[in-house]
Amino acid sequence: MLEKLAQIEKEALEALSKIEEEAALEAWRVANIGRSSPVMNVFSQLGSLPKEERPAAGQRANQVKTALETAFAEKKEALRQAALARSLASERLDVTLPGRPFRRGRLHPATQNLRRILSILGEMGFQVYTARDVETDEYNFQLLNIPPHHPAREMQDTFYIETGETDEARRLVLRTHTSPGQIRAMREFSAQNPQNPPPIRIALPGMCYRFEQITARSEVQFHQIEGLVVGQNITFADLKGTLSEFARRMFGRNARTRFRADHFPFTEPSAEMDVECFVCGGKGCSVCKKSGWLEILGCGMVHPVVLQNGGYDPARYTGFAFGMGPERQLMLRHKITDIRYFWGNDVRFLEQF
Amino acid sequence: MKLPVSWLKDFVDVSALEVVEIARLLTMAGMEVEGITFAGLPLPARDDHGFKVSGLAWDRDKIVVAEIRAVNPHPNADRLTLCDLFDGEREHIVLTGAPNLYPYKGRGKLETPIKVAYAREGAQIYDGHAEGQVLTTLKRARIRGVESYSMVCSEKELGISEEHEGVIFLDADAPVGMPLADYMGDAILEVKINPNMARNANVLGIAREVAALTGRELKKPKHALHFVGESIEGKVQIEIANPELNPRFMLALIRDVEIKPSPYWVQRRLRAAGMRPINNIVDATNYAMLEIGEPLHAFDYDVLVRRANGGPVVISTRTARAGETLTTLDGVTRTLTEMNVLVCDSSGPLSLAGVMGGAESEVTPQTRNVLLEAAAWNFINIRRTANQHNLPSEASFRFSRGVHPALAEEGLKRCLHWMSAWSGGQIAPGIVDAYPLPPQPAMVELRESDIRRVLGIEMPLQTAKTLLERLEFTCELQADDRLSVTAPPFRLDIGEGLVGVADLMEELARLYGYDNIPETRIADPLPPQRGNPSLEAEERVRDLLSTLGLQEVITHRMTAPEIEAKLLPRGDNPSLARLEYVQLANPIAPEKRVLRRSLLSSVLNVLERNARLRETLAFFEIGAVYIPQPGGLPLEPRRLAIALSGRRYEPAWDVKVGVKLDFYDLKGIIEALMEALHLEVTYVLAEHPSFHPGKCASVLWNGSPLGVFGELHPQVAENYDFVAPVQAAEFDLEALLAALPSAYPVRAVSEYPPVLEDIAVIVDEALPADRVEALIRQTGGKLLASVRLFDVFRGEQIGAGKKSLAYALTYQSLEGTLTDKEAASIRNRIIRRLENELGAKLRG
Repeated sequence: MLEKLAQIEKEALEALSKIEEEAALEAWRVANIGRSSPVMNVFSQLGSLPKEERPAAGQRANQVKTALETAFAEKKEALRQAALARSLASERLDVTLPGRPFRRGRLHPATQNLRRILSILGEMGFQVYTARDVETDEYNFQLLNIPPHHPAREMQDTFYIETGETDEARRLVLRTHTSPGQIRAMREFSAQNPQNPPPIRIALPGMCYRFEQITARSEVQFHQIEGLVVGQNITFADLKGTLSEFARRMFGRNARTRFRADHFPFTEPSAEMDVECFVCGGKGCSVCKKSGWLEILGCGMVHPVVLQNGGYDPARYTGFAFGMGPERQLMLRHKITDIRYFWGNDVRFLEQF
Repeated sequence: MKLPVSWLKDFVDVSALEVVEIARLLTMAGMEVEGITFAGLPLPARDDHGFKVSGLAWDRDKIVVAEIRAVNPHPNADRLTLCDLFDGEREHIVLTGAPNLYPYKGRGKLETPIKVAYAREGAQIYDGHAEGQVLTTLKRARIRGVESYSMVCSEKELGISEEHEGVIFLDADAPVGMPLADYMGDAILEVKINPNMARNANVLGIAREVAALTGRELKKPKHALHFVGESIEGKVQIEIANPELNPRFMLALIRDVEIKPSPYWVQRRLRAAGMRPINNIVDATNYAMLEIGEPLHAFDYDVLVRRANGGPVVISTRTARAGETLTTLDGVTRTLTEMNVLVCDSSGPLSLAGVMGGAESEVTPQTRNVLLEAAAWNFINIRRTANQHNLPSEASFRFSRGVHPALAEEGLKRCLHWMSAWSGGQIAPGIVDAYPLPPQPAMVELRESDIRRVLGIEMPLQTAKTLLERLEFTCELQADDRLSVTAPPFRLDIGEGLVGVADLMEELARLYGYDNIPETRIADPLPPQRGNPSLEAEERVRDLLSTLGLQEVITHRMTAPEIEAKLLPRGDNPSLARLEYVQLANPIAPEKRVLRRSLLSSVLNVLERNARLRETLAFFEIGAVYIPQPGGLPLEPRRLAIALSGRRYEPAWDVKVGVKLDFYDLKGIIEALMEALHLEVTYVLAEHPSFHPGKCASVLWNGSPLGVFGELHPQVAENYDFVAPVQAAEFDLEALLAALPSAYPVRAVSEYPPVLEDIAVIVDEALPADRVEALIRQTGGKLLASVRLFDVFRGEQIGAGKKSLAYALTYQSLEGTLTDKEAASIRNRIIRRLENELGAKLRG
């Protein structure tokens, strides 16, 4: 009987070692450790053995059964592992194939930069104030200290609206700058308390228009962001401090600034702020035309006549104003050489932002 | 303005300053130097300021003053000459082709040698025969059998001007052998003159600024005039009709002039400054104008005497009569208006005041006696006249920006000085001066507190006084800590009171140096922070739409009615075209002659332009449209426009679904937007000329429309070059933003299991689906947590004119687990009402 058991074990293990798939394994299980398998039959035959042989045979039969069951479990796990390995191997992707396209929306680059500027100004306490595009000559020029026929008008080529009005002073214009918003804001705020108007710190974004031919370098419309600060202790030193702070936030912690005298009819003294070239860091490159400096914004102390026209007594109040062009900054930053791209809205341009 | 540095040196000693340093000083002080052209002086070794620099430096060893002692014919070429030339070291034979040397050919040794600019072998100059400026180096060569290694130069070859008709004849006193760069090397600054710096559109003005900025002395022009002969008193008279337009008029006579070319150095400076030398008399008026800033005019005195029939010459100024004509120096006969001011004599108009002289009385080569005019005019009047007749000139440039009447005298005397020096003429005694309206000099009171208040610096009044005096302000320190400041008699830009204080602040800041003013933080309290809810809401819509996959565009706001009329089917009654537009009086192009009324038109134009660039296009724009209002400013309401076209799924290596974007794609975007904005809106079939009649919906909020969307009408699409159907929308953004709720409730989320169930009902085709859903929701009440339409079916099984709508319903309670019985009871109620109220049938 013991020999028979040894034979059963040997044959079963041999058969098992040849198995390579699940179905054969299951057949093996039925045949070798199933209810009517040889080893189970040994158990049922134990009673017919001589009494003294029974314990040894029983013990041996148990050993064989356990051994076969263990071998079966191991084989089963091995087959599962092998199957998984085969399946994983067959599922290998070309990870360099492109992903499925996802339609990503974008904001126009001008909007992106407008927001960036307004957000920095917002952190510095500047509230956004918006005003209209079509203006009266009075708001666009006269109240800003640019009387009719003044030579300063030649600095800004103007689109006029056809109204039948021939008197220059009473015509409607497309605003040439966001500055008429200064007057609108000052008048609105000073009306709240004419004796003691509140301080002002606002940013005025908007589309402006100049009568020019459309070329790579000039456009009929462009955004401007203007800032206006009015209070009882506002100085030119504050102007320099505030705008240099803006430049550092906008162009980088180490951005240096330079202020040059310039002329705007609505500010005095007036200045042009240059920022150290953010492309080359001031070393000189094609963007800054080797100067190391970029002309970024015009600014100055609000002219007393403008304060007066806004309802702020220039004897008590001072202020400063500044204006800049978001598209111009983008052109410098991204080396865009054709300003027409902005309103051309070619997807090949827009998709790059 | 073009400013030769050599000329500047007449009035301020800048020999220790590099040219770029002068340019930097001027630029920082508000006179931006837009370019520097070198003509002789060494170019900067390095330029830290980025000035636009061009031009030629003259090698001091190789380009020198020389003299031609004889001009001999070339043995083999008629058009060439061989000059005996001495360059200070030795004699050379130099080959030239200069036409202005022919007259001296074969005369043997010249009595007076001709002084010339001589370039030795190896010198770098411009090629005189090349187009533009091409550098070349002089090399030894044989020309027609004669060896040549050096040359006599023209202005073009030295980079002075484009002049190449002949070689330069230097003035007789030019020292032979001196490096030409030392003799007349120059650099020309292109200075931008802003309106507030009109006083500096002249060499003296810039010199004054440089002197003030560097603390140097200003060497004012000195001219001791020598009067000879009979006085003109009584013989020349002035009558001014309107002193407001002509506050001053001066005349002087210079007799026995010899008309000839000016000295070479004068011609060179005039050309460098951008003017064309004519003759010594005209050149003197221009030269003095460029120096002093006062435009001057020379008349042929004998013509005037003749016109006065030998009587006294009476010069009068008056406004023109409408329709009066005058032939100006440029030969154009101009019809005048009552605004134009004329200078006349007893027989009629002589010149257009301050703008251009008349042809008849101009100086000619035969002129012997010259009457010189210096006047002051109203700058606005001159500006309008110059614009009206399109006559920009050096004179009108200055007069239209304001020239102080005091400069008439300065300019007149300076001009007499030069005229006499260059023509041998004799200045007659008795300068006639009519000065009916001398301007009051501006007086400003300045305190230290003003400087502190505006500039934010501490500056003692004594310092302010020193700085202002450099600019020739008259300053007096008063006992009570005030500085009385009087503007100098060449400035019209200083105001009174607080404006005057601001004007002085600018001068102090410029001279103190903007760089030296500290940077401070605003000490004033922060104003109330109000925010800008309307703009913030607009930006939120932008964010949502870009999140939904749309590309923002920004378009031109100028368009043309016919461009917007493309929104109508072809042949349709052009109701859009009849709309009133805000029209430009001076459009740059016909297709940009009005302000847009339709934002959708703008976005469709963008779609069309990109139609072939991508398989899928999805754009939106937010911006104003312009609605004219009679007699007032137009309305500028904001709109939102959307346009989609192309494939729903961008094609890719395993995306082959070619299905096109349709109505429901756009509606999905709009629904997502409305949901994100918490706007409860309804959609109804709408009619709109731009849209397909069956695929157009209006978006209603509280019964009023916020916008319209749909598929473009095929006949509208034909007006464009599209490649696929276009889905488009236009919203009234003002109405949409006004509808935004200030707050919205958030529903509780149930912790109990839901009961899920599908029902399908058959209804009439014409019944809008939203009525079925609304009834289901209403009936289901609180316990119906969600309703989702998951299928719409049409087919024979359910009969013609019918459709089946299948809904997935979720029943759920906040209070406990729903039993099947409870769910069934809701379901039954829903089905009953659908059957009773909408004639629906439950599908088996």
